[in-house]
Amino acid sequence: MLKINDLHISVGDKEIVKGLSLEIKPGETHAIMGLNGAGKSTLAATIAGRDDYDVTSGSIEFEGKDLLELEPHERVGEGLFLGFQYPVEIPGVSNLNFLRTALNSIRKYRGLDEMSAAEFMKLVREKAKALNMDPEMLKRFVNVGFSGGEKKRNEMVQMAVLDPKLAILDETDSGLDIDALKTVAEGINAQRRDDTAILLITHYQRLLSYVQPDVVHVMIDGRIVKSGGKELALELEEKGYADVA
Amino acid sequence: MAGTAEAQKQIAEVTGDYKYGFVTDIDMDMAPKGLSEEVIRFISAKKEEPEWMLEWRLKAYAMWLKMEEPDWAKVSFPKIDYQDAYYFAAPKKKDGPKSLDEVDPELLATYEKLGIPIREQEVLAGVQGSAKVAVDAVFDSVSVATTFREELKKAGVIFMSISEAIREYPDMVKKYLASVVPVRDNYFAALNCAVFTDGTFVYVPKGVRCPMELSTYFRINAENTGQFERTLIVADEGSYVSYLEGCTAPMRDENQLHAAVVELVALDDAEIKYSTVQNWYPGDKNGKGGIYNFVTKRALCKGKNSKVSWTQVETGSAVTWKYPSCVLAGEGSVGEFYSVAVTNNYQQADTGTKMIHMAPNTRSTIISKGISAGKSQNTYRGLVKVLSGAENVRNYTQCDSLLVSSECGAHTVPYIEVKNPTAQIEHEATTSKISEDQLFYCRARGLGEEEAVAMIVNGFCKEVMQHLPMEFAVEAQKLLGISLEGSVG
Ligand SMILES: Nc1ncnc2c1ncn2[C@@H]1O[C@H](COP(=O)(O)OP(=O)(O)OP(=O)(O)O)[C@@H](O)[C@H]1O
Ligand SMILES: [Mg+2]
Repeated sequence: MLKINDLHISVGDKEIVKGLSLEIKPGETHAIMGLNGAGKSTLAATIAGRDDYDVTSGSIEFEGKDLLELEPHERVGEGLFLGFQYPVEIPGVSNLNFLRTALNSIRKYRGLDEMSAAEFMKLVREKAKALNMDPEMLKRFVNVGFSGGEKKRNEMVQMAVLDPKLAILDETDSGLDIDALKTVAEGINAQRRDDTAILLITHYQRLLSYVQPDVVHVMIDGRIVKSGGKELALELEEKGYADVA
Repeated sequence: MAGTAEAQKQIAEVTGDYKYGFVTDIDMDMAPKGLSEEVIRFISAKKEEPEWMLEWRLKAYAMWLKMEEPDWAKVSFPKIDYQDAYYFAAPKKKDGPKSLDEVDPELLATYEKLGIPIREQEVLAGVQGSAKVAVDAVFDSVSVATTFREELKKAGVIFMSISEAIREYPDMVKKYLASVVPVRDNYFAALNCAVFTDGTFVYVPKGVRCPMELSTYFRINAENTGQFERTLIVADEGSYVSYLEGCTAPMRDENQLHAAVVELVALDDAEIKYSTVQNWYPGDKNGKGGIYNFVTKRALCKGKNSKVSWTQVETGSAVTWKYPSCVLAGEGSVGEFYSVAVTNNYQQADTGTKMIHMAPNTRSTIISKGISAGKSQNTYRGLVKVLSGAENVRNYTQCDSLLVSSECGAHTVPYIEVKNPTAQIEHEATTSKISEDQLFYCRARGLGEEEAVAMIVNGFCKEVMQHLPMEFAVEAQKLLGISLEGSVG
């Protein structure tokens, strides 16, 4: 589904990702762990199409398509979703309006008709309920005044409504209380299917005990230095990066 | 980096590439070109005006001749040659349309092209049971279709062209015309007095809540025709009226002057809500052409506890020079001003309000949202004035500017004159650049760049847009390039 080959990413003249390769197949869940500043979020944002990052060499393919040729919204249309480490506030725009615009933009990209308001409301209510989100929050402005955990949960509601083929979740577990972590993990597991894939970026083994990954990668200084099964995460937790990598 | 350049390009969408560039071909009955006593006599005769009106116009003209064009606003434009324009152009009279079937199909087609909401098109088309929005279509200076007059009449509301009012209700017109904006108020107002060709008159009697929103579509149509509309709205004691004004204009190459005068009078406990969506041709990408919009809008809150709200969404015109104001003369009266002004390319807007607190316990609220893109200049200019006898005055002003490019300008020029120490005046101002993080967040959820900017801009303007009547808000959002909202928001 996703094929990254020898990817190099720079900001200005600083190289941040330095030759990274990664392949994720349908049905798989991968996790990337790594030190602060390793380039995990840079990688995620580049896959999603943030244009402050320059891809100096290498390639990213999504379902056989050259992702780097596509605009961010086209990537979303193709089935990509990025859960933000720091979800952004948009004053004056209600969560519902935001989500409905997003959903209908994606449907338009796929040549589908807009979803009716009634159908949409039903879908959102259902997903919000599954993720234990207070329906009142749907009416509030996007992320404005949300607590850290509420913002993360909001990202998950968005993911559930938009139903992507590949979800990249950048530290969606950070800042969640224990109950919320469980709910979010359930949300992620619900998104795991034969035809979907998940890329988790996380610092904590705890999430991975709920959402068991097929592959764990260790990223240090812009490279994947080690990959393994889910036991690699446990090993990291015990010994730290210095010993494992 | 591409983000902002793209965003900039896309606000072009917000303000146009002007979609409504077409000229309707209806035979004109024109006054000779230029401005003179003869032309004024021609206009007055064409409108079948009484003698007193002609005298009034000629006096105004004499005054105007002695006045000078103001130059204090932060706008610049080529000198206007007042002799190089026509001051009267009216569609040919065909015995006056008695029903909408008789309305020129070209005019209806024009509404179509303008994207006038279906509800209002239905009204125009006379569909049974269609929504109650009275449309007094001011088409090239003369009202061609007036609907719902009967129902309004039942309620005692007078809603007609100002020319008719001059003939039918001369006493009322004499009493209130220029009572809020004196003839010599400013250069453009004086010019308007001399040559205004049409406009609207509204009177809402005591205790009457006007049964529908009153709506007028202005449209500048003839080549080189200056527009001098005149609107006079009088809300008698305890009455309420909501008036909507909107306009678009055909694409053209030469600059056109628009110098309207709008006067509102609210008596004791009366309320007037005046909403505008302004989308005149702003000129092309290089700043060529476009409408000059020098309009004088003022409300007199004459009675105690009266209230006037101005809400405006300004996206058009090459040069806008406009300050809808409130004179708060009645004790406890309230003035409100909610404004969104979008400028792009070489557009210049110098807009704001004046709140003149003359009486005790008067309150005013000013919310201004300026969005600048391209090489445009967007200035908020506001005056809050408290006279010495006005105890316990309160004002709250908030001016926010959003910059979409690095070559545009946003300016905030607040004037505050307080002569009474009990006044509480609050002023807040912010200027920010459209946020890359917000743009990327929207785009990472599937919104195209244009949609993303439109969404953020819409959010930025929320506090103002929510003051527009529903049917207008939809149109305004369309103008801001936004597709949904409303149904679920
Ligand atoms: N726009 C930018 N300008 C300058 N430096 C940047 C920019 N974005 C990222 N960096 C730098 O790139 C490096 C990688 O950052 P990134 O956010 O990708 O790390 P991360 O692996 O996600 O870290 P964390 O675990 O703390 O979230 C950091 O040194 C960061 O300061
Ligand atoms: Mg990160």
